[in-house]
Amino acid sequence: MMSLGGEAPGKDAAISEAERIGGELIAPETEVTEAGEAGGIGGLGKVIWRVFAENKLALVSVGVVVFMFLFCFVGPHIYITNQTDLVITSVNQVLAHPSAQDWLGTDPNGYDTVGRLMVGGATALEIALLAAGIATVFGVFFGAVSGYAGGAVDAIMMRIVDTVLSVPTLFLLIVIAAILHPSFWLIVFIVALAAWLVPARLIRGETLTLRTREYVQAVRAMGGGGGRIVVRHIIPNAVGTIIVNATFQVADAIGLLAALGFLGFGVPAPGTSWGQMLSNGISYAQEGAWWLIYPAGICIILITVSFNYIGDALRDAFEVRLQRR
Amino acid sequence: MIGYLIRRVIQAVIVIIGVCAITFILYHLFPGGANSEARIILGPRATQPQINLFLVQNGLNKPIWTQFGILVGHVFTFNLGYSYKLNEPVSTIVLQKLPKTVLLVGLAVLLTIIVAIPLGIFQVLRRNKPSDYALTTLSFIFYATPTFFLGIVLIEVFAIHWHIFPPEAPQSASVGQILADWRALVLPVVALAAVSIAGFSRYMRSSMMEALTEDYVRTARAKGLSTRRVNYVHALRNALIPIITLLGLTLPAIVSGALITEDVFNYPGMGLAFFNAAINNDFPLLIGTVVVAAMATVVGSLLADILYAVLDPRIRYV
Repeated sequence: MMSLGGEAPGKDAAISEAERIGGELIAPETEVTEAGEAGGIGGLGKVIWRVFAENKLALVSVGVVVFMFLFCFVGPHIYITNQTDLVITSVNQVLAHPSAQDWLGTDPNGYDTVGRLMVGGATALEIALLAAGIATVFGVFFGAVSGYAGGAVDAIMMRIVDTVLSVPTLFLLIVIAAILHPSFWLIVFIVALAAWLVPARLIRGETLTLRTREYVQAVRAMGGGGGRIVVRHIIPNAVGTIIVNATFQVADAIGLLAALGFLGFGVPAPGTSWGQMLSNGISYAQEGAWWLIYPAGICIILITVSFNYIGDALRDAFEVRLQRR
Repeated sequence: MIGYLIRRVIQAVIVIIGVCAITFILYHLFPGGANSEARIILGPRATQPQINLFLVQNGLNKPIWTQFGILVGHVFTFNLGYSYKLNEPVSTIVLQKLPKTVLLVGLAVLLTIIVAIPLGIFQVLRRNKPSDYALTTLSFIFYATPTFFLGIVLIEVFAIHWHIFPPEAPQSASVGQILADWRALVLPVVALAAVSIAGFSRYMRSSMMEALTEDYVRTARAKGLSTRRVNYVHALRNALIPIITLLGLTLPAIVSGALITEDVFNYPGMGLAFFNAAINNDFPLLIGTVVVAAMATVVGSLLADILYAVLDPRIRYV
């Protein structure tokens, strides 16, 4: 599996295995020489990793993302406090300043801010990842089908994308949230609804160039149907674009989710998200309760910047791979 | 060129009909259909005959395609229905609020252009030096900062802590009075513009870099022109053209941002009216503002595209 040279197009199992790993082994007969230079699939992975690792900011960002995930998902098991159930024994526990017991103070309900950051972050990350995942899968299929079909189908499918892209989506999303009352899955759906357009456009563009390639013509000549071409050949070859865009999608989803939460369309209490924490904290800004505002805001910025840096570095890495072809 | 304009206008009209279709679908998303909508508007003690009268009066008993046709007709004649909560036609409310939001968005776009373009040029002239890296990092951070968080921080620092600017936007009724109260406008405009300044300066930087590698720049240098003249006359003028397209593409995001800014600073524009309508279940106003916000955005993008076609003679639309 380390060298591309040995396989023939007929070895179905080997090909699908290779498609799964790198999306590179679609037409072995045309890529033998280039693959030889890059040193096989492992080599390509190494090239991508080397360029990525050269970017120190991206490595730091990976560290930040890993830390945030540990903080939000493992943190609550270590830092035991009253994150979701209200157990207030005295008024002093409400809006308390940071102390040894509550590292970042408490909010107006008596919740510990660090604990709420963990719970809110876990919600935000879960929704953002789910929404970005759904949007990417749907957008990729929409774009690939549109680009591959061409003609009137393509025109209609792309006009739909243009229409939704040319209106301020936050307005539409809030109308949906106001009519159907927000729940966890409705918010995932709403964020995904805004996010699938960009991958759809990108993959359509990619498909337009990929569909004329020799290996796609070869599959067609061998009697392969449109579905097989799209799923087994076009999408795997666009995997670089898809991964890079999915990274940006996560960053955008966190921002959009925070905006929705800030405007009051967030997960129902006692759940929370970073945007909702900010929205609740703003009322206490005048009283100097900085711990209700800055920690949540900084968390949003940190995770968004990190995903953006990772996406940028991945794009550079995949572009190097493309240049090597 | 004329043909291009006609096609572009037709496209904009199709987009507006598409927006109507989306809002129409949203309108019918009501759990329980038109009946429960009538119940929300008329109140829980409304009798069935009253509800039936409401349905007939509002055409909600007609076939669905007729209803859609009526909606499209109403949108193009600017008849947007009646707000039962505010007891005023939606079009009257929109006409009051829209100029204020256009002012806010216009000032933010102006600030973006005034700040972002020199910033991008500065970065190109100092490329790969510490100041370039610092500005890049800064623009990444501002790009990732949610508008509402920046708004809150600005209020905390400049209004509550230092008392330089008021924490609330101008509350005056007319656009002229709002402009007169410019001190109160500073924070909302800065909060709204910050994200697009970050994005535009990044784009300006790469656009200018690309222009400097073009053949006509080398030709200009070879002619013996000064670096200043090459940079500002030959490269800059060409680098500016893509910025106009970017403006058209970012306009929807800026209008979305205006919704949040108006909420944070209590600015009495379309965004705040929309937000209050969402909270009060004022569906005619809610959907009327969505349609108008979408139309304003589409018209803005159309103007940007036309400007682009006028400014760049190399582009020939056939």
